[in-house]
Amino acid sequence: MAKSTEAWGSRVGLILAMAGNAVGLGNFLRFPVQAVQNGGGTFIIPYLVSFLLMGIPLLWVEWAMGRFGGRFGDHSTPFILDNMTKRRFWKYFGVFGIFTNMGVMAYYTYIESWTLTYTLKSLKGDFLGVNLDQLDTYFNNYVDLGSGINFPVWALLAFLITLTINIYILSRGLSAGIEKVAKIAMPLLIGFGAFLAIMSWTTGSTGRCDDCSTFIGLNFLWEPDFSSLANPKIWLAAAGQIFFTLSVGMGTIHCYSSYLSQRDDIALNAMSAGWMNGFVEIVLGSAVVIPIAVGYLGLDWVVDNAGFMMAFKTMPFLFDQWGSIMAVIAGVAWFGLLFFAGITSSLAMGTPWMGFVQDEFGWTKNKSAILLGIAILIMGLPTILFFEKGVFDEYDYWTGTVSLVIFALAEVILFAWVFGMDKGWKEITDGADMRVPRIYRPIIKYVTPLFIGIIFLTSLFKPLNGELSDWSTAFNSFTSGQGWPWANDSIINQIFHINTGVQWMADGALTNMFYIDMSRFFLLACFFGLVAMVKIASNKRKKAA
Amino acid sequence: MTTSALIMIILTQGTVLAATIYFFRKVLKTPPKPEPDSYKDNDNAPRD
Repeated sequence: MAKSTEAWGSRVGLILAMAGNAVGLGNFLRFPVQAVQNGGGTFIIPYLVSFLLMGIPLLWVEWAMGRFGGRFGDHSTPFILDNMTKRRFWKYFGVFGIFTNMGVMAYYTYIESWTLTYTLKSLKGDFLGVNLDQLDTYFNNYVDLGSGINFPVWALLAFLITLTINIYILSRGLSAGIEKVAKIAMPLLIGFGAFLAIMSWTTGSTGRCDDCSTFIGLNFLWEPDFSSLANPKIWLAAAGQIFFTLSVGMGTIHCYSSYLSQRDDIALNAMSAGWMNGFVEIVLGSAVVIPIAVGYLGLDWVVDNAGFMMAFKTMPFLFDQWGSIMAVIAGVAWFGLLFFAGITSSLAMGTPWMGFVQDEFGWTKNKSAILLGIAILIMGLPTILFFEKGVFDEYDYWTGTVSLVIFALAEVILFAWVFGMDKGWKEITDGADMRVPRIYRPIIKYVTPLFIGIIFLTSLFKPLNGELSDWSTAFNSFTSGQGWPWANDSIINQIFHINTGVQWMADGALTNMFYIDMSRFFLLACFFGLVAMVKIASNKRKKAA
Repeated sequence: MTTSALIMIILTQGTVLAATIYFFRKVLKTPPKPEPDSYKDNDNAPRD
């Protein structure tokens, strides 16, 4: 096993890199949409409760596990987990901490490349005077929608450029690469976000329709509906949002903190990075997309159309309403902000692989980064070429959703129950620059695993619609022998296609399900490829011992 | 905006902003650990 010479330059740099890891496109696009769909202002209550009971504990657990692994010279989750127990199989759970990142990086870099293209196009003024239909057409042409198999030349080129930028930065290492980027990107991101938030708050009523006012948008987002607190669906949505926004269950936090020594703080660092992410999401993220859209398109339009694609298909039109100069500035700020949010996250996703191959195979930083680039290119191409077939969404579902929950559940059980809370608590509090509330000891042991366990089980067996009443209906249906009414997005139904049946051909042509299933097999092959690499590394260690 | 929405926005955003500033300020104000620590930039500082 090779000895790493990597280190962080400064504490602030580490926190900014860690916050950059957490702050992503979802802070500006997923959070407000989730809030709108789940009780408006009330959503923040389960969101903050989930942050306190699941988010903060997981942050501390992951920071502590990473620093613990770093003591043994390990900088990726397979061997970080392996150090915590005598049972050898745990290191294979750690494979999720590399696989998830590579899977997500494959499609995330593609979205990141859209933001880069849109930043440049905004700067050139290409979106001045465009309407919503033109923006829709432009995006569809850009990703080559409508042609069955997509071959978007410019989008592919932008993807290659974005991937090359990522790989170059990763090859520079932690302090000279990732940290330097975070120190520039995070302040700019916050500055751009603050500018857009101020523009949103000061726009007010636009007179374009009866309810066209950014204040109505803010009201829509923050008006509490306390009756919705009794709905478990809202709690699950809030817990899910906490998961994705903090980038927990991925393996990146372990990797970043594994370069810390035992005497250095992790408790305060984790809180600082976690709350910084919360600030970007709750204060800035909630102020931009929904309020500005309501300000110019009205509430009804937003209720019908709120979603991720608003970033590309709607925002340039809205900025255009501010006049040509402000449209250019706001466009650059918006897409620049998304690019910075994206790249600070995708760089973090590259580090577990970098740490793993440098530690276990002694590869240089350049070689590790180039091979990562090739792997991401191969993994990313299906999401681009078969975008329309649902492959992109399939990657997001398995690597960006399911894998996270499985790994987080495994790691918190390992930390609290196998490694043990006595040792675990010591790991969290060693070198701490803040008093860690003792209440978190039982929370980490009982509440957090229960919380994640419920999320996992409800995702696994989710019945049609997923409301509380649907669960009792589903149980009644099951006990009366009529079977379980699976929701389409339940994990079991996704695996076995229960609701639709397996259908790879229709009318003599391959169906979307064929492409989706092939992408699953491909992801599975990638996962087992990484398992094989961990096995080889493990054998090398045994021989060297 | 309705009063309840205004209360929610002020309370929530105020809390999040205050917590962010409090923890980041604490990071900045806490004296660095004596060398050798994990960070490269202060490696010229006196060692333990």
